[in-house]
Amino acid sequence: MDRFRMILQYFQSNSESVMNGICGLLALASVKMYTCFDFSCPCLLWYNMVYGLGIMFVPPIALFLCGLILNRQSLVMLEEWRRPQGRRKKDQAVIRYMCSSIMQRAMVAPVVWIVVTLLDGKCLICAFSSSVDPEKFVGFANASHPVQVQQLLAKVPCKDDELMRNDTSRKAVSRYLRCWSQALGWSILLILIIAAFLARWLRPCFNQAALLQARHWSNYIDIEQKIFEETCCEHSRLFAHKCILHFFESMRQEIKLHGFSLPCEGEHIEGEEDLLRGITHQDKVNKLLKMWYYEKPPL
Amino acid sequence: MDKFRMIFQFLQSNQESFMNGICGIMALASAQMYSAFDFNCPCLPHYNLAYGLGILLVPPFILFLLGFVLNNNVSMLAEEWRRPRGQRGKDPAVLRYMFCSMAQRAMIAPAVWVSVTLLDGKCITCAFCTLVPVETLGNTSHPGLSQGEMKQVLARIPCKEIYDGQELVANEVAIRYLRCISQALGWCFVLLMTMLAFLVRSLRPCFTQAAFLKSRYWSHYIDIERKLFDETCAEHARSFAKVCIQQFFEGMSTDLAAAHCHPPRKVPVDMGEAAEKLLGITDQGTMNTALKSWHRCKPPLHLHSPALPSSCGWAGEGQPPMQPPMQSPMQPPMPRREMAAYYSRV
Repeated sequence: MDRFRMILQYFQSNSESVMNGICGLLALASVKMYTCFDFSCPCLLWYNMVYGLGIMFVPPIALFLCGLILNRQSLVMLEEWRRPQGRRKKDQAVIRYMCSSIMQRAMVAPVVWIVVTLLDGKCLICAFSSSVDPEKFVGFANASHPVQVQQLLAKVPCKDDELMRNDTSRKAVSRYLRCWSQALGWSILLILIIAAFLARWLRPCFNQAALLQARHWSNYIDIEQKIFEETCCEHSRLFAHKCILHFFESMRQEIKLHGFSLPCEGEHIEGEEDLLRGITHQDKVNKLLKMWYYEKPPL
Repeated sequence: MDKFRMIFQFLQSNQESFMNGICGIMALASAQMYSAFDFNCPCLPHYNLAYGLGILLVPPFILFLLGFVLNNNVSMLAEEWRRPRGQRGKDPAVLRYMFCSMAQRAMIAPAVWVSVTLLDGKCITCAFCTLVPVETLGNTSHPGLSQGEMKQVLARIPCKEIYDGQELVANEVAIRYLRCISQALGWCFVLLMTMLAFLVRSLRPCFTQAAFLKSRYWSHYIDIERKLFDETCAEHARSFAKVCIQQFFEGMSTDLAAAHCHPPRKVPVDMGEAAEKLLGITDQGTMNTALKSWHRCKPPLHLHSPALPSSCGWAGEGQPPMQPPMQSPMQPPMPRREMAAYYSRV
């Protein structure tokens, strides 16, 4: 029991770790989605480019939006941004800090998708197979009509197509594009990791005090909101409790008023009187339940 | 017990996370159902469209309704909607909030089904294979097939084993084309849904935040009040039953003592608490009589002081055990019957 309480308290105080956890889960989900997705290039002239680039860029947008939706802090930030000033000043630095941390976390899953796509290579092969220079490849260099060449090149991603089966030039084009794709993928990964590394290392050199303040107050706003919600729940529980007790009491008064009770009724039932609250008859119970439905007590 | 109470409190205060959990489980179940489902395109001209669109649209509708059914708060919403006004006003904003939050959660499983179906491609391939553009993909110079015959040939595209139009349109080309369109539609649908969800979540704090906080508070309140009322009623029923049964045994022991014309056998004083729990029943015959009486003539739902006679005690087994609810509560207790009649049965 104590362990539960500790875990709950840990999560409450460390909302950043929860956010990091969600971010990691979304990245894993993105990889899983890519492996489950059945990529099938249409192998037609314009459709290839649209399909290939679409698969590379549309899911990352959806993942980015998912990352923003699933992050509780984005709501907190929006509320803080839009609230009327009232008696508490608004600190733009805090809002900026929260915004940047939310964006950074939301960007992880889309970047993972793009990198995995590039390292796998299928998207780029599909999108750019008809854009390669046919002169470089023997099988395509000596074809009659440029459009025909393009159509032939468009079929490169489809290994099982009858024209392309066991075609060595097709494999050459495929390898060429895959090489470019993987080079691009690794470069992007390297650039991002260097950027993250520099950002973490150089941050203390600039404005560390302001950063600490912003982080503290953004954490504070988050915790304050959680505690407010908990307090509201606790309050509504107590409110409901009082309301129901009051209702039972008023029923008891009404019963006494209308003389429903038998003589010397309540005093002899020892021990359970408090719980029975004067309601000791089937009719009274029915009346109570009916009153509860037809005339709920005012709040 | 404390652990249960803590978990219950956690779930109560985090009612939304509980509902989110159910929602997530239904989404996973929907994806699993799709993969377990054995899709079988009929490969006939008009049946294809009906089958494909049916599989695309009917299960999401069922999942949406199921999302409402599995949500505990639906009965709460209905109750709040239909209750008479009484002394407490009704706030339509609260009802709207409750309905919107339930509908949002119920929409997730259908959206997952539609996305998975479109991304997989079989439904669209089956439904729209007769609309494949033969001019761009295939060989229009193929000797004259009438419209109807062409449609019949194209309808067999999803069924590779019986497809006989290879000269008209290559099977793989047509399937790749249809699948590409299906997947494009699928990703667009996913993007649209996420964008919609994002807009709904992010525009709310910009407008009506105060009204939202109010509606959320009162909808939680209604739920908690209902649960507490049920708990209180359960406690009351427990006490009622306890006192009723206690009075039954006391009444029975008093009556038996009177019937046997001697004071009830006193249990030795040194047995303490256990003696009290025996409630005056200390032999087999008495216990059997008690059990028989409990079965044949349950006491009325009317707690009274032990000094008064119970209306059902041992006076007669043919009497109705419960007072009918519509009777006036002022009715006097039933008259005692002759002891002799009962005694002879023993």
